[in-house]
Amino acid sequence: MDEKKIRVLIAKPGLDGHDRGAKVIARALRDAGMEVIYTGLRQTPEMIAEAALQEDVDAVGLSILSGAHMGLVPRVIELLRTQGQERVAILLGGIIPDDDVAALRQAGVAAVFGPGTNTQSVVEAVRQAVTDARARG
Amino acid sequence: MDLAERVPAGDRLALARLLTLLENDQTEGHDALAALYARTGQAQIIGITGASGTGKSTLVNKLALGLRQGEGSPTVGIVAVDPSSPYTGGAILGDRIRMRDLAGDPGVFIRSMASRGALGGLAHTTFSVVEALDAAGFELILIETVGAGQTEVDIARTAHTTIVVDAPGLGDDVQAIKAGILEIADVLVVNKADLPGADQAMQLLRASLQLAHPTRAEWSHHGPGALAPAPAVECLWIPPILATVATQGQGIEALIGALEQHRAHLLKTGELASRQRERVRAELDGLLRDQLAARWRAAQPDGRFEAALERVLRREIAPRRAAVELASPEGA
Repeated sequence: MDEKKIRVLIAKPGLDGHDRGAKVIARALRDAGMEVIYTGLRQTPEMIAEAALQEDVDAVGLSILSGAHMGLVPRVIELLRTQGQERVAILLGGIIPDDDVAALRQAGVAAVFGPGTNTQSVVEAVRQAVTDARARG
Repeated sequence: MDLAERVPAGDRLALARLLTLLENDQTEGHDALAALYARTGQAQIIGITGASGTGKSTLVNKLALGLRQGEGSPTVGIVAVDPSSPYTGGAILGDRIRMRDLAGDPGVFIRSMASRGALGGLAHTTFSVVEALDAAGFELILIETVGAGQTEVDIARTAHTTIVVDAPGLGDDVQAIKAGILEIADVLVVNKADLPGADQAMQLLRASLQLAHPTRAEWSHHGPGALAPAPAVECLWIPPILATVATQGQGIEALIGALEQHRAHLLKTGELASRQRERVRAELDGLLRDQLAARWRAAQPDGRFEAALERVLRREIAPRRAAVELASPEGA
């Protein structure tokens, strides 16, 4: 069997209305041959977890510019685990202070990206995180 | 984990996994679906197709929302297909953006699919995915195709009822009478009917339908017996043309009514059974072809196919004759 397609959910939880970054990432992942499910603005953690389940994605990319990441991200991770999707890799992009990064990594976020990130490094990080998650079985 | 037990028990994660296995054409998925096959054939399958930008996703959202209203409403599975890039194989599947009203309803399950190179408006595995949703107990399944033009008519073979969505300002009357997508419509919808040009779009559709479908007026015009005997009028289905404004939810009730009428028509005339027979025949035929080709390949001595290929490339033999030679027993 040849390599399985990587499916990624790109979601914007919370209330900030700027999704340009999320769209740039979605496009970069598509151009890297992945199937990207894009869900649009103002998603609740529950909506994101439900979409991740129905779409059976390998990774969830969250974009948060509002500063609410310490509330939203752990909640998404908790919901994914509750529904049995421990294997889904979580990646985060946006305005995330350095002080929060360690705590988020600790909570299970595979990678955190700030402004100015090269899209190629996001593509690599998603590939790596999905490979690791699949290897963990 | 046994998918064939977990899926009918309502395990949504198991269903999602099964759909992935089917999409990836993996044996485990085919085996589970085979075990569940007796449970299929219950769902009402509705296709939604039409050009890009006519509002298919928004219409599917409001249609599902309308269907879920009230007591005894059916559970709804949605399969939304978007195109894969022919260059990278990647895809952006954005239909969920328009379907956020359905989030949180346990009676709805939405799955986005990339077309993965198929050209008929669906992916090759879409029907397996629909069968899995059917086996999982979803009573009504909506399939949204890739934004389709004139040739993406696979949906008509898959769905019981096909809705073709149009919108004002997309083309002139020559577009409307071209063959293809209009012929597969069981129900026609002019969406965005609040935009200028909606009346004209309705009129164009009406005119092209009159060319395509024999109506009572046409038959009587030539007098009885002037043409081959007309089919009984009650057996004819003339696709209704409905106006909707999906963003506002306008016209959705009438659309649901038309779907019910078409369902009743299919049952009354026996066309549901004949459509299903045709679809299963085509499916079985295709699978048999795959099996025979695989068995033939396995039985061949190495290099026979390659040798024939080389001869065709050197123009020593035409492809059709080469195939005939290859298919006949060796040395014959």
